[in-house]
Amino acid sequence: MAMTVHVDVVSAEEQIFSGLAEVVVVPGEMGELGIYPRHTALMTRIKPGAVRIKRPDQEQEELIYVSGGMLEVQPNVVTILADTAIRGADLDEARALEAKQAAEEAIKNRTSDIDYAAAQAELAEAIAQLRAIQQVRKHAH
Amino acid sequence: MAGSKEIRTKIKSVENTRKITRAMEMVAAAKMRKAQERMRAARPYAEKIRNVAAHLSRANPEYKHAFLAKRDSVKNVGLIVVTSDKGLCGGLNTNLLRLAVSEMKTWESQGKGLMVCPIGNKGFGFMNRIGAKVQSHLTGLGDTPHIEKLIGAVKAMLDAYVAGEIDAIYLSYNHFVNTMKQEPRVEQLLPLSGEQLGTSEGNWDYIYEPDAKKVIDELLLRYIESLVYQAVVENMASEQSSRMVAMKAASDNAKSVIGELKLVYNKARQAAITKEISEIVGGAAAIG
Repeated sequence: MAMTVHVDVVSAEEQIFSGLAEVVVVPGEMGELGIYPRHTALMTRIKPGAVRIKRPDQEQEELIYVSGGMLEVQPNVVTILADTAIRGADLDEARALEAKQAAEEAIKNRTSDIDYAAAQAELAEAIAQLRAIQQVRKHAH
Repeated sequence: MAGSKEIRTKIKSVENTRKITRAMEMVAAAKMRKAQERMRAARPYAEKIRNVAAHLSRANPEYKHAFLAKRDSVKNVGLIVVTSDKGLCGGLNTNLLRLAVSEMKTWESQGKGLMVCPIGNKGFGFMNRIGAKVQSHLTGLGDTPHIEKLIGAVKAMLDAYVAGEIDAIYLSYNHFVNTMKQEPRVEQLLPLSGEQLGTSEGNWDYIYEPDAKKVIDELLLRYIESLVYQAVVENMASEQSSRMVAMKAASDNAKSVIGELKLVYNKARQAAITKEISEIVGGAAAIG
């Protein structure tokens, strides 16, 4: 029987694959990597693309698409930490900016909320005064 | 028969309320199962990434990432508060926010500045009301939170940390113990402490491609995000189970109220009948 290595493909939201493999082919940042059992410890980023896993009990290779992530290799374990989101420095920056702007806008709107509350309080006061006046009138008649 | 119509209307309205709470209870139960499933699904990734991060923090003494370095003095604190988007889930958000506020007061008494990042509508509204400095926020996560949505809000906080605007980041959320019990927590997120990561054996190192710095940067960023994601899914499971329990209590309550009202109604009916009979008998006696 051919030598095998344990492979885990996990994303933050779910476990995608877990099992033994004879060889794993991963699209690494510096080029495609073919990992056989007893590969030396390695760590790299992976590019969006297909991870191919050759399982010992199947002729067909298992294909898993990842949108990037990290690859960790130890002699007996290969771990692929897959991203669920498409990442990139610019994209992340844009997302951060968006989140910040949304917060700032909400703070600006807060003032209008306060105005609304103040207006409501004034309205309640006015209604109370009107009621008092009406009651006074009723008693006067 | 004075009042019997009013009582009937009241019974009807309580019955309707009960129907709603029952339906909400069942919906929450179904959603809770899914949320728990998601919580479990997110665990392997968090564990794996923690192991790798633990190893990295030991194997690479020459490169200290900002997330790992402890700062000498903590002047400003960041707090990520995870709450639910919707209400009607018992005391879940109240308990969490109470704990967060007590922590905030301690920091304030120590003269530390504060910056918050509320996740979820309830926390956002609350932080706005008390006038806390909101750096970024995130609402409307829906039933299936995606890490993609978290990235922006979390990065805004991490950027502030790297820039030195804040010297520590805390994360507060409801820890899911079981269906009946949820525990509000405030945990330190940054700087990452050694104990948090655990120990790893051996002093071998990886081959890094392209280089150690870039790989560690990316990995730690993902680790932090996965911790926040974990907190969000755990909070969501807590929310659903808390809502389920609250709605069950409301349904039971409605049932007992209906019982009491029915008793009052029957008594009133009985009294009216008795009165009518005695009137007839009295009338007959007067004629005869």
